[in-house]
Amino acid sequence: MANYSIFALARNALQRHRNWPQAWRSPQPRASYDAVIVGGGGHGLATAYYLAKLHGMRNIAVLEKGWIGGGNTGRNTTIVRSNYLNPESAAIYDHALKLWEGLSQELNFNVMFSQRGVINLAHDEGEARELRRRIYANQLAGVDAEWVTPTQLGELCPILNLDPNMRYPVLGGTLQRRAGTARHDAVAWGYARGADRLGVHIIENCEVTGLIIRDGRVEGVHTNRGEIRTPKIGVVAAGHSSVLAAMAGIRLPLDSHPLQALVSEPIKPVMPTVIMSNKVHAYMSQSDKGELVIGAGIDPYNSYAQRGSLPVIEETIRAVVELYPITSRLKMMRQWAGIVDICPDASPIISATPVDGLYFNCGWGTGGFKATPGSGHLFAHTLAKDAAHAINAPFALERFYSGALVAEHGAAAVAH
Amino acid sequence: MLLLECPWCGPRSEEEFSCGGEGHIVRPLNPDELDDAAWGDYVFMRRNAKGVHFERWRHAHGCGRWFNVARSTVSHEILAVYRVGDDKPKVAP
Repeated sequence: MANYSIFALARNALQRHRNWPQAWRSPQPRASYDAVIVGGGGHGLATAYYLAKLHGMRNIAVLEKGWIGGGNTGRNTTIVRSNYLNPESAAIYDHALKLWEGLSQELNFNVMFSQRGVINLAHDEGEARELRRRIYANQLAGVDAEWVTPTQLGELCPILNLDPNMRYPVLGGTLQRRAGTARHDAVAWGYARGADRLGVHIIENCEVTGLIIRDGRVEGVHTNRGEIRTPKIGVVAAGHSSVLAAMAGIRLPLDSHPLQALVSEPIKPVMPTVIMSNKVHAYMSQSDKGELVIGAGIDPYNSYAQRGSLPVIEETIRAVVELYPITSRLKMMRQWAGIVDICPDASPIISATPVDGLYFNCGWGTGGFKATPGSGHLFAHTLAKDAAHAINAPFALERFYSGALVAEHGAAAVAH
Repeated sequence: MLLLECPWCGPRSEEEFSCGGEGHIVRPLNPDELDDAAWGDYVFMRRNAKGVHFERWRHAHGCGRWFNVARSTVSHEILAVYRVGDDKPKVAP
């Protein structure tokens, strides 16, 4: 399959764009594979890509119950950053950020990664101290972070309300300049195309309905398209992780909740960066199309329905209108929800399980998108070597028995 | 949006309530004898059911009392409301 390039674009333009090849095939599932990835979101596709590219496992399949880019990969607010508090987290998220920086070249697919910076606002003295502590922790861990004053914030983002008489006045914030946004579904498409070019089977509309386990070892999966034998299964199913785990008789420390987001009608550029606020719970950026992309919180109760309730949206909109008064007359075009798997310590799980050959990559909760390349890279290592990479070793299931939790509620941004 | 029926106050909007997560998780009666695996299971591991979910709610902005709800996590349909200490009701998924 040809590379995408300016020459390919010109050639295809002359052919009126009728002859672009399909970005990935739609193969019939084989009877068996060396490994099967359950879940064709960004993380699952990245896992398959790195398994094929770095570990030489080409006879593998990604099983997706819906279509590529139809789950949380296409439902998040596209923010990428690595300014987490604990060294373990800084290591895993910055590993991902470094991969983001070369991803478009790596995949020959423009993922529109834009390092426009991410700002976290402080609205009271306690929060300002907490955020400063996070800056120092980031700097010690080798992650770029700096403090910005209200004056600097006004220069960075003129539409931000800096009125000191606001109910929650802005006292300053943290800025990670290497952070930013990426085109979320391009990431899934890019990894799908990349994995497909290495021989990986991407099988859409294929739902896993059961796991075949004998003598404590996985032997395959039952799907709505028949049985597939495999000695190795990597589950990357986000909000449905507990459902897959239950098929193996395992419980996970996860609760599934809807996480909502919404976008406004497109307007001219007003927002050159990403601004998040934990306190009033609003985060916003502007897409290249001009829509303001707004992230809301999770609904407080467990749900597998990909829709959220109105009170959560109302609370976020209240905060957005207060922080950015120009948005008060904007119309919102779309509102949606994705089902996220919330972990008690707001950190992910990349881990083996009590069943031989069965691995889980889950618990990314409200913040998985930013980790997509790193998560796939590390999970591929874990699957191929049957052992955790040093970076994801602290994120094993074992931590819920040893007590070595990696608490990231402050840095996770969305209230858990 | 949910319309929950508080056993004491009647039907109210979900905004008056706070959700306490999965119910019927019984604290072990023999804490001294539990190993790390048993503690981990009790403290962290959850069913997180897709379908009927038995969960605790509190009428936080009302009478303040806890109660149990059986609810579908797929359709959000409230299948039963029952008091703390009652057994799980039999409900069709």
